[in-house]
Amino acid sequence: MSENQSNDIIIARDVHKWYGNFHALRGVSMTLKRGEVVVIFGPSGSGKSTFIRTLNRLEEHQRGTIIVDGIELNNDTRNIEAIRSEVGMVFQQFNLFPHLTAMDNIALAPLWVRKWTRDKAEKMAMELLERVGIPEQADKYPNQLSGGQQQRVAIARALAMQPKIMLFDEPTSALDPEMIKEVLDVMTQLAKSGITMICVTHEMGFANAVANRMVFFDGGQLIEEGTPEQIFNNPQHDRTKLFLSQILH
Amino acid sequence: MSGMATITDTIKPPVTSVGVLGWLRKNLFSSWFNSLLTIVALWLIYNFVVGLWGFVTTANWNVVIVNLRLFMVGRYTLEQVWRVQVSVAILAFLLGASWRAWGGIIQQIGISIAALFVVLALLAFETSSRVYLAANVALIAIGFGFAHLVRSRGLLVALWIASPFVIAILLYGGVGGLPIVATDLWGGLLLTFALAVSGIVLSFPLGVLLALGRQSSYPVIKWFSILYIEIVRGVPLVTMLFTAQIVLPIFLPEGMTVERVVRVMVGFTAFTAAYLAEVVRGGLQAIGRGQSEAAKAIGLNTIQILWLIVLPQAIRVVIPAIVQQFISLFKDTSLVAIVGLLDLAGIANSVISQKEFLGLQNEVLVFIAAIYFVCCYVMTYASRRLEKRLGVGER
Repeated sequence: MSENQSNDIIIARDVHKWYGNFHALRGVSMTLKRGEVVVIFGPSGSGKSTFIRTLNRLEEHQRGTIIVDGIELNNDTRNIEAIRSEVGMVFQQFNLFPHLTAMDNIALAPLWVRKWTRDKAEKMAMELLERVGIPEQADKYPNQLSGGQQQRVAIARALAMQPKIMLFDEPTSALDPEMIKEVLDVMTQLAKSGITMICVTHEMGFANAVANRMVFFDGGQLIEEGTPEQIFNNPQHDRTKLFLSQILH
Repeated sequence: MSGMATITDTIKPPVTSVGVLGWLRKNLFSSWFNSLLTIVALWLIYNFVVGLWGFVTTANWNVVIVNLRLFMVGRYTLEQVWRVQVSVAILAFLLGASWRAWGGIIQQIGISIAALFVVLALLAFETSSRVYLAANVALIAIGFGFAHLVRSRGLLVALWIASPFVIAILLYGGVGGLPIVATDLWGGLLLTFALAVSGIVLSFPLGVLLALGRQSSYPVIKWFSILYIEIVRGVPLVTMLFTAQIVLPIFLPEGMTVERVVRVMVGFTAFTAAYLAEVVRGGLQAIGRGQSEAAKAIGLNTIQILWLIVLPQAIRVVIPAIVQQFISLFKDTSLVAIVGLLDLAGIANSVISQKEFLGLQNEVLVFIAAIYFVCCYVMTYASRRLEKRLGVGER
């Protein structure tokens, strides 16, 4: 079984995770192809966030294998660092660095991890700010920006390392309704640009428009997956049908 | 015409609710009780100021004037006092240069120190002192000009790093033909500053390392840090100084002796570091997990996460507590009397007990109280400006 099937960028096989005695992930297996956009949805506590956090080792899995772009995810720090430089993550609470300006937040990683010069890093940061639509906010501090603007800076920060995979952990759940659209627009643009994305989200409209595949999690297990058409029009499992009926109203 | 108000007409608020009158009315005279408090407070303040002024103008300040050198440098060899004056001049120069290079809070500190020198020059009695103080103000200006011409912050940082070594050698001697002035002879304000500055500068990195060690995942480092912090915090500073005095020579190789002043410097540093460690630990706990998670996610390693993300935020949050430790340290230097050294307070004590100045305690005590107050106030002022500049509480 070759680990270098170049089209499969993430391979997760029988992943288990326990928090003490609580079995959070129960044998999750999933494969992601390059350029695919996958939306993971499900009730709270179903393990969706835990699962994507195991992909960049913010959480450790106790059993099973995870292979990201041909590199196995284990306790070897070199592997972890290599994987983290290819995987970008956007958090529900933004997690911008409050003591740095928007520009410095974005330029930080290229400057210190890729060891670019300040000019090169700042130039790239400005390009990314333009890409997410807020170049004029470059010198503002996070507390001077609205939630939608902060999240867009967070997306630009994750893109600064030119990752192959972008993970989104409920990126719009902490936003006021009028700002959700501006962030989803940026994510839609990103999806269309061909980058591999995994999004944990409740935004079904976004999923329908952009996802190649939707995955339903419940109770730490992957219950069902399919294209948006299959999931919305013809859900197979009872739990999927129940959850969809609760959120689509 | 409907009942809608037009928003274009600007109506001014009534006179007595804004401006100086409004403030007085709202804050000092808002109720009977408040007004009564205001009157009592004004009466107390008046009495205090009049009393203080009366004391200052009628007191016999001779005791301070005659012993000024003792207060300033203790029993430092008379012919070598110029070395202390040169050290102060070096610092004045560097201050002026830093003012130009960085501005911001250094500008405020520069203005305060320059103003202080000017006030002292006006109060001074001897012409030589006035000239010296004026020269220091001039040196601040010269440093300013120097930095203006030589625009290199890197050079300034290098000079600052070199300065403690240069000044230490200058004050102690033994190099370049300078006769040695044993640290036992150092006293007064010179000793207070030497102990406080060395304690502050050395305890800070040690305290941060201990705080990080306490959180370490390596059990040896963690338990060593915890033991150190708990033991040192359980012991009074006086005991620490005494112990440093007696115990330190045991740890040194045969035949090597260490001066008393160095031993108490070690004592002060070790003591303050333990307290700072707990203060910094509080700051570290205040920084949410999300910060280090986001830093990990963009690929920073552990040291980078500490240096770039976590420590700047943690320390910023606890600046008031850190400055509090430093101010305490500054005043606790008076405890060196226990090992027989004479700092500012120690000199004050010995001056008071001199036969010819019997009964003049008030003058001496007010004098050193004023010095301690000015130094501590400069520290609190600088810390307030620093907090404002770093946006504490805002971002």
